[in-house]
Amino acid sequence: MEKLRNGYLFPEIAMRELEHMKKYPTAKVISLGIGDTTEPIPDVVTSSMANHARRLSTVEGYRGYGAEQGNKALRKAIAETLYGDLPIKDTEIFVSDGSQCDISRLQLLLGSNVTIAVQDPTFPAYIDSSVIIGQTGDFQDETGKYQNIEYMPCRPQNNFFPDLTTTATTDVIFICSPNNPTGHAASRKQLEQLVEFARANGSIIIFDSAYAAYVTDDSPRSIFEIPGAREVAIEISSFSKFAGFTGVRLGWTVVPDELLFSNGFPVIKDFNRIVCTCFNGASSVAQAGGLACLSSDGLMAVQSVVDYYKENAKILGDTFTSLGLDVYGGINAPYAWVHFPGMKSWDVFTELLEKTHIITVPGCGFGPGGEEHIRVSAFGHRECILEASRRLKSLLS
Amino acid sequence: MYSLMSSSPSISSSSSSFLGQTHFDSRNPNARLPTKDSWICKCVATPPTETTAHTTKVSRNANMAKLQAGYLFPEIARRRSAHMLKYPDGQVISLGIGDTTEPIPEVITFGMAKKAHALSTLEGYSGYGAEQGEKQLRAAIASTYYGDLSLEESDIFVSDGAKSDISRLQVMFGSNVTMAVQDPSYPAYVDSSVILGQTGQFQKDVEKYRKIEYMKCNPENGFFPDLSTVSRTDIIFFCSPNNPTGNAATREQLTRLVQFAKDNGSILVYDSAYAMYISDDSPRSIFEIPGAKEVAIEVSSFSKYAGFTGVRLGWTVVPKELLYSDGFPVAKDFNRIVCTTFNGASNISQAGGLACLSPEGLEAMHKVVGFYQENTNIIMETFTSLGFSVYGGKNAPYVWVHFPGQSSWDVFSEILEKTHVVTTPGSGFGPAGDGFIRVSAFGHRGNVLEACKRFKQLYK
Repeated sequence: MEKLRNGYLFPEIAMRELEHMKKYPTAKVISLGIGDTTEPIPDVVTSSMANHARRLSTVEGYRGYGAEQGNKALRKAIAETLYGDLPIKDTEIFVSDGSQCDISRLQLLLGSNVTIAVQDPTFPAYIDSSVIIGQTGDFQDETGKYQNIEYMPCRPQNNFFPDLTTTATTDVIFICSPNNPTGHAASRKQLEQLVEFARANGSIIIFDSAYAAYVTDDSPRSIFEIPGAREVAIEISSFSKFAGFTGVRLGWTVVPDELLFSNGFPVIKDFNRIVCTCFNGASSVAQAGGLACLSSDGLMAVQSVVDYYKENAKILGDTFTSLGLDVYGGINAPYAWVHFPGMKSWDVFTELLEKTHIITVPGCGFGPGGEEHIRVSAFGHRECILEASRRLKSLLS
Repeated sequence: MYSLMSSSPSISSSSSSFLGQTHFDSRNPNARLPTKDSWICKCVATPPTETTAHTTKVSRNANMAKLQAGYLFPEIARRRSAHMLKYPDGQVISLGIGDTTEPIPEVITFGMAKKAHALSTLEGYSGYGAEQGEKQLRAAIASTYYGDLSLEESDIFVSDGAKSDISRLQVMFGSNVTMAVQDPSYPAYVDSSVILGQTGQFQKDVEKYRKIEYMKCNPENGFFPDLSTVSRTDIIFFCSPNNPTGNAATREQLTRLVQFAKDNGSILVYDSAYAMYISDDSPRSIFEIPGAKEVAIEVSSFSKYAGFTGVRLGWTVVPKELLYSDGFPVAKDFNRIVCTTFNGASNISQAGGLACLSPEGLEAMHKVVGFYQENTNIIMETFTSLGFSVYGGKNAPYVWVHFPGQSSWDVFSEILEKTHVVTTPGSGFGPAGDGFIRVSAFGHRGNVLEACKRFKQLYK
């Protein structure tokens, strides 16, 4: 715990937002910082949750402890609806209260004696959980990195995908695609190289596909679209950005039967033990909501909210482009990754906040490779997005 | 082949949704009831099944390998499923896993339904909540349960339940701490300790993990450890009212415990999940004991109060006064853990929690608790009338029945075979639990009465 630098990134951003609002009580702060969903959850989904809740007051409808791995119907629905023709079994799916918790449960599973590689920049929870579990050395101020973590630079120059020829071997490789914060969705070819790399090195890929619903082109939505991935990868995902479940809390992890430790012991057996011992299942109400999301009406409804955010991302992307800035992401993800060459990202963050009352996230919060960049999230009411665009144009043109 | 029970590569769901239904997971038609002690299966290292199967080069976490078998309660669920397969007309009654059975009072579910509907509106939609929990709920917990104990909203961390909190606390403590547990105790304390790497190997002869200090609790010592024989450890897990023995520690005992922790510079993790079941004046919170704020963390849960076993809601209290040896406040680190390894309890569950703590909700919860307390009385009376030494029950929904000289798994199996009632063998909670059976009092009244009838027939 002592090794951790400062607080976790997003509460820091929240604190800055509060301070700013206190300083400028009449300013209309627009939050494009923390990637928090803003649009109401479709009725077909919430009705299902409300009905489930009400049924808990009836003799026939009351349910106590659920299976720690998740409700069977939901596991099946995830397998059939979201993994379709990929041979993912319902028994390989572990329903959870979200990716942030799953990441830590996976770290518990792996223990302190494994090495990890992360993209740079990356979602901070992979690194922070690694530090907490004891996989890393100390933080080095000069480099902005923890010792013993392999940081894989992801830049425009390498098409936001690690150059695997220069990446050291580690036990575990965290990859998020579509990526938070850069917004880049790895191509099939890139993921094939990754799977090959993991196979050759005996590594386990932990593939974070929380933003898969945002993929617009034919980039893979699941690592398991890649042949051979079942023997090298775990996939985590979430209903948060897919269905607005950031507060409802629901996600899942896929651990294929074929994934084995070096002694041949199936990883799924240990993950099951972790889930049964350190967890007690996702809320049955949230799971009822998840099932509703995966009905045909539900899918259509949540997809239209996803499309709404995608349109937001386009508006923001266009805004920055029109201002002559290099913008990445935004096409396959609800984040725009904007380059401010030569400037420190906290300085840009502060200037944007002071001058336009817009909260963003400074790129260095995601790792040293995020410096000179700002992450702008596309979650927000349309009017806020349009207003933000207007303010940015005023400031930066 | 590595040999866990039910050894197909796919894991059976350990679901209590099998309650009274014949539709169940039939993945293991060949599951056999094991012979004595063979449920403690070993996970044996094995080469790949085919020469072409890829293994990674990632070593299995040695701590996971230390665990002896599956977690206790999925094991009980498996036994129950197997039994139901064997006797499809058997009318199995489950007094094993402590799973609540009675519907949640409407005032509470209404609160949840209302929140669910609100999430579909512009004004009512909320995204990420504070990881520590909704302010209103934290404040309600503080005032309801800790009002006169000077604990505040900011000392309360809302969670998805005590089991998750126990592991988050262990993650916070890290692998370099030593811990003490009651023997017998709720298995999650020991198992999470093993997983975090705080322990040595399991010693089969004594059925204990090295490096854990087991504090025996039996009828002879009134189910309170003889502290004069307990070695110093960094962390002490203590559950009162106790699962599985049902014993509630007295004020005097807890005062000694707090002093012991103070003298040794230990941190007490106090599990008060069953506090509402107390019927006498035993303390309901460790913080009723002067000085406890400087030595204790308290973990609690809505599971057994509000039937929230599936809804998932609990809380942990970390007082500001609790400090590490270097003066660093434990609450700061716990906050960091909660912000990094967790993302808050479900907002719908929290809305339910808030409804629980309304005057109407509190009254409704007391009624349901009272119902289970009546079940407990019925079960206690039954075993007492049959001449057994019976413990617990008065302050907890568990009855701890003594079967001197017998293996608890044997008694468990016999009861299951002959009465179709599922209980929990005491040795599942630790070596000092052997010779005892835990009978849980959660059940429909009809089932509890029927189970007692069958016990009377078996043991008359």
